[in-house]
Amino acid sequence: MSKSDELTARERMMIERQPMRLKKPDERIRDFFEVALGYDEEEAKKEAERCLNCKKPTCKEGCPVGVPIPEFIMAIRKGDLKEAARIIKSTNNLPAICGRVCPQETQCELTCILGKKKGSVAIGRLERYVADWELSQNNGAIKDTQKTGYRIAVVGSGPAGLTCAADCAKRGHTVVIFEALHVAGGVLVYGIPEFRLPKQIVRKEIEYIERLGVEIRTNYVIGKIYSLDELLKKEGFDAVFLGTGAGLPLFLRIPGENLNGVYSANEFLTRVNLMKGYLFPEWDTPVKIGRKIAVVGAGNVAMDAARCALRLGMIKSRRDNCPPPEVHIVYRRSKAEMPARAEEVENAYEEGVRFNFLVNPLEILGNDKGWVTGMRCIRMELGEPDASGRRRPVAIEGSEFAIDVDTVIVALGTRPNPIVFSNSDEPVRTKWGTVEADEETGKTSRDRVWAGGDIVTGAATVISAMGAGKRAAREIHTAFIEKQ
Amino acid sequence: MFEIISREIFSDSTKLIIVAAPDIARKAEAGQFVIVRISEEGERIPLTIADYDRDSGTITLVFQEVGKTTIHLGTLKAGEKLVSVTGPLGCASEIRNYGKVICVGGGVGIAPLFPIARELKAAGNYLISIIGARNKSLLFWEDRMRDISDEIIVCTDDGSYGQKGVVTIPLKEKLENGNGTIKRVWAIGPPIMMKYCAATTHEFDTPTVVSLNSIMVDGTGMCGACRIDIGGKTMFSCVDGPEFDGHEVDWNLVLSRQNIYLEEEKEAVGHYCGKKGCKGLGR
Ligand SMILES: Cc1cc2nc3c(=O)[nH]c(=O)nc-3n(C[C@H](O)[C@H](O)[C@H](O)COP(=O)(O)OP(=O)(O)OC[C@H]3O[C@@H](n4cnc5c(N)ncnc54)[C@H](O)[C@@H]3O)c2cc1C
Ligand SMILES: Cc1cc2nc3c(=O)[nH]c(=O)nc-3n(C[C@H](O)[C@H](O)[C@H](O)COP(=O)(O)OP(=O)(O)OC[C@H]3O[C@@H](n4cnc5c(N)ncnc54)[C@H](O)[C@@H]3O)c2cc1C
Ligand code: SF4
Ligand code: FES
Repeated sequence: MSKSDELTARERMMIERQPMRLKKPDERIRDFFEVALGYDEEEAKKEAERCLNCKKPTCKEGCPVGVPIPEFIMAIRKGDLKEAARIIKSTNNLPAICGRVCPQETQCELTCILGKKKGSVAIGRLERYVADWELSQNNGAIKDTQKTGYRIAVVGSGPAGLTCAADCAKRGHTVVIFEALHVAGGVLVYGIPEFRLPKQIVRKEIEYIERLGVEIRTNYVIGKIYSLDELLKKEGFDAVFLGTGAGLPLFLRIPGENLNGVYSANEFLTRVNLMKGYLFPEWDTPVKIGRKIAVVGAGNVAMDAARCALRLGMIKSRRDNCPPPEVHIVYRRSKAEMPARAEEVENAYEEGVRFNFLVNPLEILGNDKGWVTGMRCIRMELGEPDASGRRRPVAIEGSEFAIDVDTVIVALGTRPNPIVFSNSDEPVRTKWGTVEADEETGKTSRDRVWAGGDIVTGAATVISAMGAGKRAAREIHTAFIEKQ
Repeated sequence: MFEIISREIFSDSTKLIIVAAPDIARKAEAGQFVIVRISEEGERIPLTIADYDRDSGTITLVFQEVGKTTIHLGTLKAGEKLVSVTGPLGCASEIRNYGKVICVGGGVGIAPLFPIARELKAAGNYLISIIGARNKSLLFWEDRMRDISDEIIVCTDDGSYGQKGVVTIPLKEKLENGNGTIKRVWAIGPPIMMKYCAATTHEFDTPTVVSLNSIMVDGTGMCGACRIDIGGKTMFSCVDGPEFDGHEVDWNLVLSRQNIYLEEEKEAVGHYCGKKGCKGLGR
């Protein structure tokens, strides 16, 4: 028995929550390398010591995929990382990703018993530690599961699709994922930037899913190359899981929005992350960045766009010997209403992103060549709470003013992309374009079609999409068993 | 990986490749396009499916070398591979028996026009084709177009072949002499040509379809790069098009958005050619 097992609960509570090392702000804005550096062995062990190994672990209830949290933390304590990884992977197929981007502060760490007194156990950081360790090992072969003979088509390779595919494969079904883009991963590869989630990590976790036997066909746009009907009838799949996300960008619908220099956050982030625009001209896809950039919106997407813009501007400033960029967040509500993760807002602040609250754009101004030259805005104040419970922003009459910008990035949110539905017997959808699916089972109105993730909920989180993929896999499996 | 089965050189800057892509060939319709990547670091560029052969599982692409990616593509020979071809994308052309129609193709636009014209002919239309290019060397597929057309007019800007002048001249004549019998016009080519074709047919109130070659990234409606203005409404040309009512298009916007990456494109060509020691555009 190791010495650590002898600590009393009181002693455990005396240990401080271990901070995670971050790259310094003035260094990290010069490149796209990862900002958060993770725990080393000593830090991880020390953090693991803090866990009280509760009889009724409340942390676990806060985890949408039900990771056996205290169990894996105990394994870290014993120094058995292999066992810790096995425990996590029993319910979470993408732990290195979740350890980086999950909003732990509102999930497992929120419900951790220690949270009330001393600061919750840093569950996310420990998860990341274990997952990174495992990825650094030579991953052995995965034992073959008995094949059931059922074939499942998964549309979309984001966290929902990947999770559903992995869980179906683990149950012995043959799974093919169809992905529209040339790389699998969904928002994890085209949206979330490298400095928050290295693409190498995503690739390795996807390789694990392929080793489970899942086939991934990239460059297949369902709705174009096959309809849902064709997948089920001609291609002989027994079930389809739709995990196509919410990729359709929303715009402000104000004059000037089509001027050169106005990007949707999706286009901007795709050029930067998926197409590696920051490596242009070594990589071919350019991304145009000006000197003064306004990002409209205040969610995670807006933070990511702002921080990418800042880095691109810094790289350009050094290369072309021009002044550094100025990046502004423009948001019509106040700081308190910002939907972005607190940690990301903090990071953006530290890096020098400027925040303009209670400001609403009215028009994007341009020159006669069609390029952005500024943005006309109006100041807002908060009125009565609206349907969302947040105080509604109301324009202050006569407070119009113009800001001087040459690039505008619109990060207002997204809706499901309807392309998957062209010409086939579609499942019922809401007026928001989301698919109606049973929350518990993922079942849609269409026979043999399940759905989950952002296509059902609208833009949400990685882990909630994974939870939906997991539930659907279970239900698909049950449906097959019942058929026998 | 998608193998290039064969290659044909039309001119210094215009080439044709036939690519093995059985799943795409099976589904392709006139008017649709694919997104091509030629290397792992490569840009995603849209190219129209100029022809398809469902039996042999191939698609035909015709392209003009205008920048880094198309110049590089021009160096690839039969047996070499493209890292990705995604499609078929975009909506198929609305092929019906309209009666008498005119198909106008300019430069490399003749390639995307061809399958549409062929389908229009097959649907029973009386087909008048007008094809043009800057000079004789840039003209291709005259024979293919002649085979399917009831009437054909060929012109070059410099008079080096066929009729001298731009395609809008014979277009206007045909509309004038047609006395309202021309039911629909397709115009595919450089934006400026499409703009003037649409202006010409507007006078006669003849419905006119153009194919907009917006700058694209994903080609599936996800990024919004390809947005255009049709009758005051913002649309995405990759999923709502690429064909639109030429009379409703905001041409200034189309032309201006074409220039977004002008500087970067120059840099990319310089970078590529610097490394390869090539002489840049082969013109
Ligand atoms: C910039 C940004 C930052 C974010 N940050 C965080 C964060 O820090 N933490 C967090 O938890 N969440 C974050 N999110 C949200 C999170 O990424 C999403 O909720 C999650 O990715 C949804 O997963 P999904 O599997 O439903 O869809 P997606 O990840 O959107 O994947 C859908 C996939 O389906 C493909 N597809 C679409 N249509 C078709 C078709 N017709 N045929 C074939 N394939 C198709 C798409 O190409 C895509 O690859 C962020 C989102 C963005 C955009
Ligand atoms: C639906 C669609 C179908 C197309 N079909 C064909 C085709 O069959 N054959 C063909 O040769 N071209 C076609 N194009 C145009 C082709 O995509 C561009 O020529 C190509 O992207 C240029 O890439 P590049 O890297 O070589 O040049 P870049 O370096 O990207 O650009 C060089 C020059 O080309 C212009 N350009 C860039 N993108 C486009 C574009 N999308 N359309 C027109 N000009 C552009 C730029 O303004 C610049 O002047 C099509 C475009 C679309 C949207
Ligand atoms: S609630 Fe907190 S202290 Fe209790 S088991 Fe979970 S992580 Fe450990
Ligand atoms: S190319 Fe991205 S939306 Fe059309």
